[in-house]
Amino acid sequence: MDVSYVAHLARLALSQDEITRFQSQLSGVLEHVGQMQKLDVEGIEPTAHASPVYNVFREDVELPSLPVEDALKNAPQQANNLIIMPKIVE
Amino acid sequence: MEYEAVIGLEVHVQVKTHSKMFCGCKNEFGAPPNTHTCPVCLGMPGVLPTPNLEAVKKTVLTGLMLGCEINRICKFDRKSYFYPDMPKNYQISQYDQPLCLDGGVVLGKYAFPKDAQKDPIASAKKNVRLIRIHLEEDVAKSFHFETTSGIDFNRAGTPLMEIVTQADIASPEEAFAFLSTLQQTLSQARISDADMEKGQLRCDCNISVRPKGQLEFGTKCEIKNMNSISGVRRAVAYEITRQIQTISNGGKISQETRRWDDAAGQTYLMRTKEQAHDYRYFPDPDLMPMRTDLGLVESMKQQMPETPSMREERYMRDYALNDYDASVLSSDIDLSHYFEGVLNAAQGDRQKVAKAIANFIINDLLGLLGGADQTLADCKIMPEHFGGLVSCVDAGKISSKQAKEVFVEMFATGKEPSTIIQEKGMVQISDEGALESFAKQAIEANPKSVDDYRAGKMAALNALKGQAIKLSKGKANPQLIGEVLEKLLNA
Ligand SMILES: [Zn+2]
Repeated sequence: MDVSYVAHLARLALSQDEITRFQSQLSGVLEHVGQMQKLDVEGIEPTAHASPVYNVFREDVELPSLPVEDALKNAPQQANNLIIMPKIVE
Repeated sequence: MEYEAVIGLEVHVQVKTHSKMFCGCKNEFGAPPNTHTCPVCLGMPGVLPTPNLEAVKKTVLTGLMLGCEINRICKFDRKSYFYPDMPKNYQISQYDQPLCLDGGVVLGKYAFPKDAQKDPIASAKKNVRLIRIHLEEDVAKSFHFETTSGIDFNRAGTPLMEIVTQADIASPEEAFAFLSTLQQTLSQARISDADMEKGQLRCDCNISVRPKGQLEFGTKCEIKNMNSISGVRRAVAYEITRQIQTISNGGKISQETRRWDDAAGQTYLMRTKEQAHDYRYFPDPDLMPMRTDLGLVESMKQQMPETPSMREERYMRDYALNDYDASVLSSDIDLSHYFEGVLNAAQGDRQKVAKAIANFIINDLLGLLGGADQTLADCKIMPEHFGGLVSCVDAGKISSKQAKEVFVEMFATGKEPSTIIQEKGMVQISDEGALESFAKQAIEANPKSVDDYRAGKMAALNALKGQAIKLSKGKANPQLIGEVLEKLLNA
């Protein structure tokens, strides 16, 4: 696994030194976790969760939202109740 | 060389619920910006999303109506990417265990654009296969200004279904028919209002062309930004032509995303496909998996409403309506309810009365509504009154010509038919003595027709009948006056 690729996906700017250092650390972590590849999982259904709990839902009921002032509190810039940011170019 | 187009669609549909997908904020279009948000849909750290059962039910219902297989075990996954309309930097979606798999949409003739209904392909009942339907959360809405963009999180976290088709669509008209069928099915089942102009149904089209008969696919382009079904038709038609022209001129199609500009009638390059996105899907640890076999599928099967195509078949079977009438009356749920309401209120032979009502609705009412810029909800004609009018005609109290006049008056005033009939002095003359006097006058005034009739020309009877009805100022019961004439002529 290439550290600079992973860093790009996470939008992290790493120096060349950091890339070298983290590359060996990341490889170590992956190797450690990789031990699980050796387990025999024949006949075991894959699962996304450890506990056998299904169907945790909420009813379709409307609850109060935040006052708009609170919702915008962390916005560096705002206008007309919109959160303003540098122009998004597609 | 002859080319053929290969088209697949990705359709996003906003699910109609009271609250958002994973929090209790109101799911509403058009509220002031950022008034329907909370820590969950703003993506604050440490919050716990919980799925909205209604949205899951409606997705399962959609799957059942479109003949999908409902996955027994499903889960939600995180789709990671950075974009300002996604505050968590991941979207909760479904990756490898979506709610619905397979299924299809059958394209009925009248789902095609009017000018294409005569094409044999419109009668082929083509099945456009689906790959999957999954449930996810919608993203925020962005507005673009001169140097900045503004974000409104009201839409962020509202339930969104994604319906993906196989590349089974071969023309702009089939794309049109697919979307109009889907839209009808979803809106009639109250799953979504599915209005493209409001962004409740959004469609991306993947289009490629290849020499006819070639098995290998051409390079595809993705078209975005259509905001009506006819816009999709225009965009697909434009793009097919563009690709064929490019190839014919020795050029190459590159894999890219293009934006449709409806006013200009053209697609424009948005971006070329750089490296494939790496979304790093993984199961969302905040959300427990779902089992659909613990009652969900069973209860949705019981709630499954009649689809437009099922209703169309029923109208043809039970009321002997032709395919055109049945298709128009079943295309809109409100219109179907109205039709059935009128039918329930009308007396007389079911099939005869149903045909008369269908004629009134399709030939008169829809035109009147269109002319007055009204919808059925504005219509002043109560189903009971409508039914009463049809019964009057069926019982021979007024002629169908008179009934049309009454109908226009009912549309304008909302009055009962009996009131209008009285006001206009329209009562049909069925009294034998009165009819005889009109018949005698007609016979005296038209000796030639009388001779023709006696010489065996049956058409002459109709001419005399027409004269007699004219003499009665249109009030004579057409069937009875015919009988009286025959009696006198054969006497
Ligand atoms: Zn919320």
